Amino acid sequence: MEYLIPIMAAAVRSGTPILFATLGELLTERVGVMNLGLEGIMLMGSLSGFWGALVFSNPWAGIALAVLVGMALSALHAVLCVSLGANQVVSGLALAMFGTGTSALLGKNLVGVTIPGLPAAPLPGLAELPWVGPILFSHDVLVYGGFILTAFLAWFLYFTRGGLNLRAAGEAPRVVDAAGLSAVRLRYLYTILGGGLVGLGGAYMSVVYTKMWAEMMTAGRGWIALALVIFGLWHPVRSALGAYFFGGVGALQLRMQAGGTTVPAPLLMMLPYVMTIAVLFVIAVRKGYAVSLGAPRSLGVPYHREERDG
Amino acid sequence: MPRLWLEKRKDIPWWIGGTLSVLSVILALGAGGGLLLALGVSPWEAYVTMFRGALGNWYGLSETVVKAIPLAMAGLAVSLAFRMQVWNIGAEGQILLGALATAATVRYAFVDNFFVMLFLMMLSAALAGGLWGALAGWLKGRWRVNEIISTLMMNYIALHTVDYFIYGPWRDPASLGFPMTAPFPPAARLPLFLDTRVHLGIFFALILAGALYFFFRWTRWGFEVRVLGENPQVAHYAGIPYVRNVVLLMFFSGALAGLAGMGEIAGLQGRMQPGFSPGYGYTAIIVAWLARLNPGAILGVAFFMGALLVGGDTLQVVLRLPLASTHIIQGCILIFLLGGDVWRTHRIRLFRDKKC
Repeated sequence: MEYLIPIMAAAVRSGTPILFATLGELLTERVGVMNLGLEGIMLMGSLSGFWGALVFSNPWAGIALAVLVGMALSALHAVLCVSLGANQVVSGLALAMFGTGTSALLGKNLVGVTIPGLPAAPLPGLAELPWVGPILFSHDVLVYGGFILTAFLAWFLYFTRGGLNLRAAGEAPRVVDAAGLSAVRLRYLYTILGGGLVGLGGAYMSVVYTKMWAEMMTAGRGWIALALVIFGLWHPVRSALGAYFFGGVGALQLRMQAGGTTVPAPLLMMLPYVMTIAVLFVIAVRKGYAVSLGAPRSLGVPYHREERDG
Repeated sequence: MPRLWLEKRKDIPWWIGGTLSVLSVILALGAGGGLLLALGVSPWEAYVTMFRGALGNWYGLSETVVKAIPLAMAGLAVSLAFRMQVWNIGAEGQILLGALATAATVRYAFVDNFFVMLFLMMLSAALAGGLWGALAGWLKGRWRVNEIISTLMMNYIALHTVDYFIYGPWRDPASLGFPMTAPFPPAARLPLFLDTRVHLGIFFALILAGALYFFFRWTRWGFEVRVLGENPQVAHYAGIPYVRNVVLLMFFSGALAGLAGMGEIAGLQGRMQPGFSPGYGYTAIIVAWLARLNPGAILGVAFFMGALLVGGDTLQVVLRLPLASTHIIQGCILIFLLGGDVWRTHRIRLFRDKKC
């Protein structure tokens, strides 16, 4: 069983960018906004993170820039969807296209350059533990940041007033307004924060994981993250497990191709998507006509304070 | 502090939809130009290059039409579902499966007769795309599974299924290791016109646009679909069945996209290889939106987007810009369209708060 350790360690590492994007989308969807632009925002995060790390010769400067870029792009999404009540699906797709194109165009001179990236930081004491040590505690700081963020969000969403307000804005924005809070403000806040996390996920790809920039380098991870939010039924811990699992599928696939195994890669690649639909279906069947499978009730529904509900 | 106030329009002026579409295209070209400037490329030169490449000569013009064919068909496909407020994001997957079914027909059921092959390929492509769409429709209608998510996921499932076949069992042994199927025999190829690559699919697109216009304007079922889209409650009171309509509509929407996929590989490529659809299914969403779901306008917008794609190819060759740059313009068009759409339904007033 020893041979599983490097695969699981690789799963944690390659799951981390997906994790940040998933948690970002989770925040956004929990507050009632659907952002399908993940792939584009991640790519812009990858590009700006790489550029920042290169120009300021400091990976953290790049990562910070990527978070800001993610926030700016999702702020645009928020203006369109929250203030102007535009169609969230179309706006998200527009962002995905815009991000893909813009990152390819602006990054064309960065192809082929490499940067040092983040050093590994094994946690003293914990890293020596059998199994757990090499799998969980021998990575870089951002991997640990992912663990902490997952735990924090699980606590924040369900055990704090702020989390309750957030979820309420996604379930019943009118009630939030009636309680004297601003649903619009909450939606802006968490859409933008979520976008920052998506940008961070993108930056992890280029600054830490590959240490280089390539056109379309996220290779569909944004769409997987979107699937994982549903797969995890809008819960941070379940979504995080999904992110590491599919990080593992990616890592395993590389090894299997190297080892010449016969299970065809495309069949493994479609697994996240098949499982997302399967999960949605199974839950819908089990609960009968479950309108909300744990999904925020007002997810994707624009909210106008002045107008009556349909 | 001044603040914006949205006031719902009582009636929507007829000219405003088209005006906003044109305006958002202009603004998007402007924004794209800004990005080009930032890179030190003259936007004027870039756009002139694109225009010359796409519309400036007979070859470019014919290539624009070649790209407009799948865009128009997929645009019509998604507009059909959009009319009922069913967000079929899955045209890409339906195109891919239509193509897959076409390739399967050629591989396993080849008959050396053009008309028999045309019939078989159309049937299989429409069925494959249609069933793929109907599955999402059934999940939505019967089980309330969000069609946006399911169709989006199904795009990726379709993509990897196609990859499985062209990298695996269907790979042509004579292709020197390139992932592609064997070339189709002549009887399984759509005819080309006037020494260009414009294929029979152009008539599919024209006929389908006419059929959709007729369908929504003159048929009872088309009317029911419009009612379901515009006011589901009224439709419910009127006893229009929802589930059956979603499934059927998604079937036809998927079938049209599937036919587009058939046209691409039987008309244009003559074999199936990766990337034969560079996101036509997604661009189709923009086509349908820019055209405000009007079948005639979809043809025009598809031509415009085709020109944009061909122009992008030229840009790549002449100015060495990445092909994905055209996505910027597409994305910007959508963003401006969405931002502008609020003017269609609302007036925007600027108020100054009185101090109290």
